[in-house]
Amino acid sequence: MISRRDFLQVAMATSALYGASGFGNWSRLAAQQVLSQDQLLEFDTLGNVTLIHITDIHAQLMPVYFREPQINLGVGGAKGFVPHITGADYRKLYGIADGSPLDYALTYDDFTALARTYGRMGGMDRIATVVNAIRAERPDALLLDGGDTWQGSLTALETNGGDMVRAMNALGVEAMTSHWEFTLGIDRVTEIVENELNFPFLGANIFDNEWDEPAYEPYQMFERGGTKIAVIGQAFPYMPIANPGWMFPGLSFGVRQERMAEVVQEVRDAGAEVVVLLSHNGFDVDRKLAGEIDGIDVILTGHTHDALPEPVLVGKTHLIATGSHGKFLARVDLDVRDGEVKELRHKLIPIFSDVIAPDPEMTALVKTERAPYADRLGEVIGQTESLLYRRGNFNGTWDDLICNALLEEREADIALSPGFRWGASVLPGQDITREDIFNATAMSYPAAYRTEFTGEFLHVVLEDVADNLFNPDPYYQQGGDMVRVGGMGYQIDISQPQGSRITDMTILKTGEKIDPAKTYVVAGWASVNEATEGPPIWDVVENYIRRNGTVSVEPNTSVKVTGA
Amino acid sequence: MNVTRRQTLAIGLGAAAAAALPFGAMAATEDDIAAFTGGAEVGEGGITLTAPEIAENGNTVPIEVNAPGATAIVVLAAGNPNPGVVTFNFGPLAASQSASTRIRLAGTQDVIAIAKMADGSFVQASQSVKVTIGGCGG
Repeated sequence: MISRRDFLQVAMATSALYGASGFGNWSRLAAQQVLSQDQLLEFDTLGNVTLIHITDIHAQLMPVYFREPQINLGVGGAKGFVPHITGADYRKLYGIADGSPLDYALTYDDFTALARTYGRMGGMDRIATVVNAIRAERPDALLLDGGDTWQGSLTALETNGGDMVRAMNALGVEAMTSHWEFTLGIDRVTEIVENELNFPFLGANIFDNEWDEPAYEPYQMFERGGTKIAVIGQAFPYMPIANPGWMFPGLSFGVRQERMAEVVQEVRDAGAEVVVLLSHNGFDVDRKLAGEIDGIDVILTGHTHDALPEPVLVGKTHLIATGSHGKFLARVDLDVRDGEVKELRHKLIPIFSDVIAPDPEMTALVKTERAPYADRLGEVIGQTESLLYRRGNFNGTWDDLICNALLEEREADIALSPGFRWGASVLPGQDITREDIFNATAMSYPAAYRTEFTGEFLHVVLEDVADNLFNPDPYYQQGGDMVRVGGMGYQIDISQPQGSRITDMTILKTGEKIDPAKTYVVAGWASVNEATEGPPIWDVVENYIRRNGTVSVEPNTSVKVTGA
Repeated sequence: MNVTRRQTLAIGLGAAAAAALPFGAMAATEDDIAAFTGGAEVGEGGITLTAPEIAENGNTVPIEVNAPGATAIVVLAAGNPNPGVVTFNFGPLAASQSASTRIRLAGTQDVIAIAKMADGSFVQASQSVKVTIGGCGG
């Protein structure tokens, strides 16, 4: 594996140039001069096969700011391993200089200063430039999308994923798998898969739940560089639990490890020399799967939004983690000879939008898609004094803001905001546009409910969600980060079993302990239950920001974490 | 998050029932195992139990058992008020000793399958199946 060398080259070049110049002193121009498109794309082409991986774009056609998590705790076998290493520890592990472009792209510290230096990341037109450049070197490079593509923006919501389908068709994606795609509803998914998508929609673990028969193509065989490559798709396993099952009532998912072993055997029997798993399992699930099943050469991971500059090797399986929101694209070259992978070379390419030139055709496509919504997207709703970001196991300022809005606008004691991992960041001093609000809220079950919970049930809810994040066996971790709570604090010992993790639930305003027998007014959004009533969350947040004009979010210390 | 009043009540009741269960259910499970095995020692291997790690719907959880050479397989849901779920008997002409069905689980618990082999020995497999409120999927 030579990826480390490639990566270190970039890291050393940047640290040498910046040297002792200190934090935040460089102008955007300096960043552009130091980082060049050629440097970002530089790759010593290997062997006969190239894979290009992109995943979890969450419908971000335009470049965005996206702050990586500070708190990302691993439990069980994942404790202390990537991706559960953040900040300075992460930089040390990979030899990334403080204040360097990769510090900005991959870790969270000094995010605001570094964001002002290095600018937004991603953008479909920049991604297109990188894809085209790789294809200029290796015309038959295989472009694969890990899913969570059709959801996450105002335009994707308004077009029912149509804008992203057209963009990904134009980009030349050759296969994808899925998660949030199904929240468009099964009828729309079927319409897209049958009539609009130019490439296969793979999911070996998606079954019809009446007859327990495969519901989608499990894999696609490709011939590239004189080599037979099988790409197996694995959709998000906990779809009907983590998202509203009533939107796709006929489907069943699950990890289905035995099924995966059978499919791997099937493609090997059919002559596959390379087996690629295009997965939306999440990193820890894929890491376990790689240890349990033989015969997968490369797992292109997704769902948990981790970006890792090197593959993680489990047995003979290479796990690739390519981040989210269009911030990164991974190139994986393989030397395949005598029916097996002899060597692999990987580069995580950061998409610095001020450095990589936009591809004019894709720029035009994106502009066309956004044009009908331009006025709505661009309307300024207010300003923020705080950095707004979402990622983190327990809270993020975006969800603190959403919880504050729910508490005030819905007159509740306690607010709950789901632990989603998607949502772009907004820098302090920036206008908050309607697009920014939708980037943190756009989805198909947005009703902001208002209901009553007993203290006992609130505890059951928090314990349930905590187990979905901190169960030591990744196959039992079903979803996103911890539910965000407004108006209430608690302690969590992540090392305890379900039922014993959450203690000291306290109403913040009064300091009063939650009484199991008492009833509390709770406001939240994104209920998975059908017929949930309430205004869409984006209206609640917009009203709150409009009323306040300028918003700021205090540091959140209401969750005390032990056992990490 | 699941938040309707109806489900709130359902979950609240489920949690209360589960909390009340352990001692009685464990004893009932042990009784059911003893009744099937006659108190014989139960080994491992030779039987596979396929069940989801996390139930998509606790009211109908698909499971599958497979024990080549078995004459009977019993399936127990250790955390249900009545742990006995089903016993499959296989005659000498059965093409394979496997079966699948759907079971209802009152809450997160172990599902246990025990096979009686042709030589009169017993083997078992078990798996924890989580029944969750759901929601919040990243």
